[in-house]
Amino acid sequence: MAGKRTPLFGEHQAMGAKMVDFGGWDMPVQYTSIIEEHLATRERAGLFDVSHMGEILVKGRGSKEALNRLVTNNLAALEPGKIIYTLLPNDRGGVVDDLLIYMLGEEEFFLVVNASNTDKDYAWLVRNLEGLAAAEPSLAEVTAENVSAQYGQIAIQGPAAQEVLQKLSACDLDQIKFFRFQQTEVLNRPVILSRTGYTGEDGFEIYCGPEAAVSLWQGLLAAGKEKGLLPVGLGARDTLRFEAALPLYGHELSEEITPVEAGLSFFVKLDKCDYPGKKIIKDQIEKGTQRTLVGIELVERGIPREGYVIAKDGQPAGHVASGTHSPTFKKGLATAFVPPALAAVDTELDVIIRDKPVKAKVVKLPFYRKKTGKN
Amino acid sequence: MSTKSLKFSQEHEWVRTEEVTAYIGISDFAQQALGDIVFVDLPKTGAKISAGKVFAAVESVKAVSDIFAPISGKIIEVNEALNDAPELINEDPYENWIVMVEMEEPSELLNLMDSEAYDEFCKEGE
Repeated sequence: MAGKRTPLFGEHQAMGAKMVDFGGWDMPVQYTSIIEEHLATRERAGLFDVSHMGEILVKGRGSKEALNRLVTNNLAALEPGKIIYTLLPNDRGGVVDDLLIYMLGEEEFFLVVNASNTDKDYAWLVRNLEGLAAAEPSLAEVTAENVSAQYGQIAIQGPAAQEVLQKLSACDLDQIKFFRFQQTEVLNRPVILSRTGYTGEDGFEIYCGPEAAVSLWQGLLAAGKEKGLLPVGLGARDTLRFEAALPLYGHELSEEITPVEAGLSFFVKLDKCDYPGKKIIKDQIEKGTQRTLVGIELVERGIPREGYVIAKDGQPAGHVASGTHSPTFKKGLATAFVPPALAAVDTELDVIIRDKPVKAKVVKLPFYRKKTGKN
Repeated sequence: MSTKSLKFSQEHEWVRTEEVTAYIGISDFAQQALGDIVFVDLPKTGAKISAGKVFAAVESVKAVSDIFAPISGKIIEVNEALNDAPELINEDPYENWIVMVEMEEPSELLNLMDSEAYDEFCKEGE
């Protein structure tokens, strides 16, 4: 069955990308080589089609207050032009999704959610906003609209990203600080342009009309050519985000994993209004959890993969959330859930690979942090 | 290197024989499908392999791929160079064999495809 296609599907095909199904979308996994695309992004710049991401518009009188009752982070200090990363918790303290919230205006919020969760998130928001409206008339005018089909999205990431994007941008990119955005023009096309990303590098995400995606894609590829910019598929997008320890829904996050267990307590605030699961989350912050997310480095040869068992002294003690061969460090790395007693850095563990224990140790997360950055 | 003298399995391994010695590797089709190879889980010298059974694994960034023995025999040498440079398989899959085996039953070669039949087989699968 054919999957959903982004506005850039034809571009990927023309470039000979290897395509895969990702959450119901036909997406490029690699154009030439995952390692080459990964290193290009770390050292120069990479261009990503992320049009599959979902966008939901929440607006109306009281929308900030209503949203604040549904997310773990505190939206109180959010202002137009700013972005916040937060989690959408369920009643059990698990996570419906992780998302970015762009504050477009006093009563207008642009939510960017995971592609495969878009329909679920939208239904969750509609249902919960209805619940809030029923309980409080002041929140009755808040609406949610799934506007995903109205946006293409392109990310440009890496140390040369700003220089390349600046050539085509109407605004001075120095004016857009980390986790800020502007509604501006790139190649004379109206866009939402933010300094955000999912690679651990400096970079930008560009939201455009679907009809503008091809010209922006081609324009950025051409503008970045002399800087060594490459198109980057989902394969390297995953290894890049993994090294930077940015969570991937379905791996480090799920309906059954709380933000505390996932090491995301920074994005959980307790000194704010109630939200689903708050009591459970608060309990975990105060009393601790049964398991916690750690970084794992293999000491012996091998590659840890999602679902592999972590063992201590021959006894199963946890499992791998995400694992791969790190293109930057050239070794097998993983994130894994283990009991807190085994979470200290340098704790010796085994990863069970094809029925054999392979020696590993706990290391600090993130594996990779970019060296410098004025933003 | 020409593939004319090689035999191929349906699981995309190749065999090159010199009397009762067989070199086994993975095909160009297989290495392209896998992408960047970053680890080869090599068996031990002296181990027995049997036709149709897994004897090693090749891993790319994204995936693990089992390697099936196209023929039966005893491993007399493993290509240790792949420990430090697994990407050699991407660079030249037919030069960079994985194991050298003393064949137990050379008639098993009759179950394998010649390069022409294998090329056809790969095309059909696309």
